[in-house]
Amino acid sequence: MTIKDATAIVGIGQTPFAKHLAEDERALACRAVLAALDDAGIAPGEVDALASYTMEETDEVELAKAVGFGDLTFFSKVGYGGGGSCATVAHLAGAIATGQATVGVAWRSRKRGSGPRPWSNTTRQLPTPAQWTRPFGLLRPADEIAMLTRRYLHEYGATRDHLFNVALACRNRANQNPAAIMYERPLTREMYMTSRWISEPLCLFDNCLETDGALACVIVSRDRARDCRQAPVLVHSAAQGLPAQHHGMVNYWNDDPLTGPAWSAARHLWKHSDFTPQDVDVAQIYDAFSALVPLSLEGYGFCGRGEGGAFTEQGALEIGGRLPLNTGGGGLSEAYVHGFNLINEGVKQLRGTSTAQVPGAATCLVTAGEGVPTSALLLTNRS
Amino acid sequence: MLSPVTDADGAPFWQYAAQGELRVQTCADCAEPRFPPRPCCPHCRSFASEWRQVSGHGRIWSYVVPHPPLLPDYAEQAPYNVIVVELVEHPRIRLVGNLVAEAGARLDSVPPERIRIGARVQVVFDAAGLPQWVLERA
Repeated sequence: MTIKDATAIVGIGQTPFAKHLAEDERALACRAVLAALDDAGIAPGEVDALASYTMEETDEVELAKAVGFGDLTFFSKVGYGGGGSCATVAHLAGAIATGQATVGVAWRSRKRGSGPRPWSNTTRQLPTPAQWTRPFGLLRPADEIAMLTRRYLHEYGATRDHLFNVALACRNRANQNPAAIMYERPLTREMYMTSRWISEPLCLFDNCLETDGALACVIVSRDRARDCRQAPVLVHSAAQGLPAQHHGMVNYWNDDPLTGPAWSAARHLWKHSDFTPQDVDVAQIYDAFSALVPLSLEGYGFCGRGEGGAFTEQGALEIGGRLPLNTGGGGLSEAYVHGFNLINEGVKQLRGTSTAQVPGAATCLVTAGEGVPTSALLLTNRS
Repeated sequence: MLSPVTDADGAPFWQYAAQGELRVQTCADCAEPRFPPRPCCPHCRSFASEWRQVSGHGRIWSYVVPHPPLLPDYAEQAPYNVIVVELVEHPRIRLVGNLVAEAGARLDSVPPERIRIGARVQVVFDAAGLPQWVLERA
């Protein structure tokens, strides 16, 4: 038994993205889910499976009773923040392919723009590994990833210009996307190089947005997908990745801290795929921080170890480049909703409806957060 | 400033540090050191461990310089440094800390431009028993 091409994403939905939305997370979750079901042409009463993140505040009971789901026979939540994004779809694909459910909805609703920054709450931190890092002022995800970024730049000779290439590609795509927070707000190299530091070597533009918003998608079997309103986008391959001796964003305590969860997820993803990295037409790579992109480019096999910085040169990540990246603008410039917008943008590319469409795109890699236990999807419209 | 919120596995590290000793949890059966502390040896699965003293000499493996927004006690000292030190005896054992001018000094007591990956450092302890690091060639 395999999940290869057994299921398809047939509906996507989203709310507006903004620094502040008036409605609460529960209402936003309902709106995104109903929009996705309407897009698919499936009634809420037909939904029998749900998947979201452990950090999602709207639980299954609240969502189901508000939007009027039927009997649910499968529901799961995936941990590790943005590392869980693609796994929500993967869990539903597995459940549907094995007959545990027929119509699955994955979603994420978050008021990270107007709500509190998680790191500012000092009472909810787990003692491990925080006891080894926070007393010394390594407080925020930006600080933790900046530590790995400094080492990466040192070991491989990558530069801030390489990180800028990532930020620029995302911003350029956001400039084409009216729904993006950074629509019509161009970025220049001078703006990047003179911006304020957040945690050296990461500057303001290396950090994702802080956004209010919600997204959802609908997954059904390949057979059921034929009856839906939209052309199906097949879940070709899916994987989670938690490498041996991994420590999350403070991955300082193993032999090789610069090979993270992407490598583990990638091995499984490609092993079960008919495609190779060279066949990928467009990629949506998790970009809470710009530096996660070169690491992911290496991990998912688009280039060799230490070559992720150089890969970004000569417009490689732009439309027409070797690997167009985050074509809605990504977490850096469209919206930061724990990477769920990357899933929906992957679907748009394979429907041919992206605001920065890659001509003839047939395969799209979507990844969740590198630097935490992660997940990835390889989507295709080739059946 | 945040104090370490310890757990059962980590508590001995902080107890030794309060006495001015840097010790690393080590498997009592296969002698493999491990960090962060944990209940069981990932190499031989033994639950027996001991805390072995190390020299306190290391090299800077990486560093960052955080800027606000930060928690108030840290924002007051920003920009400051946070370093990761790999121990000379066990390069895989890396400790997060601060490079300071002398024991007990502020987190911003060494100018960031003086920090280099690979620089040799030596552990010192502040009044609360928190490990800190000073450059061996100041």
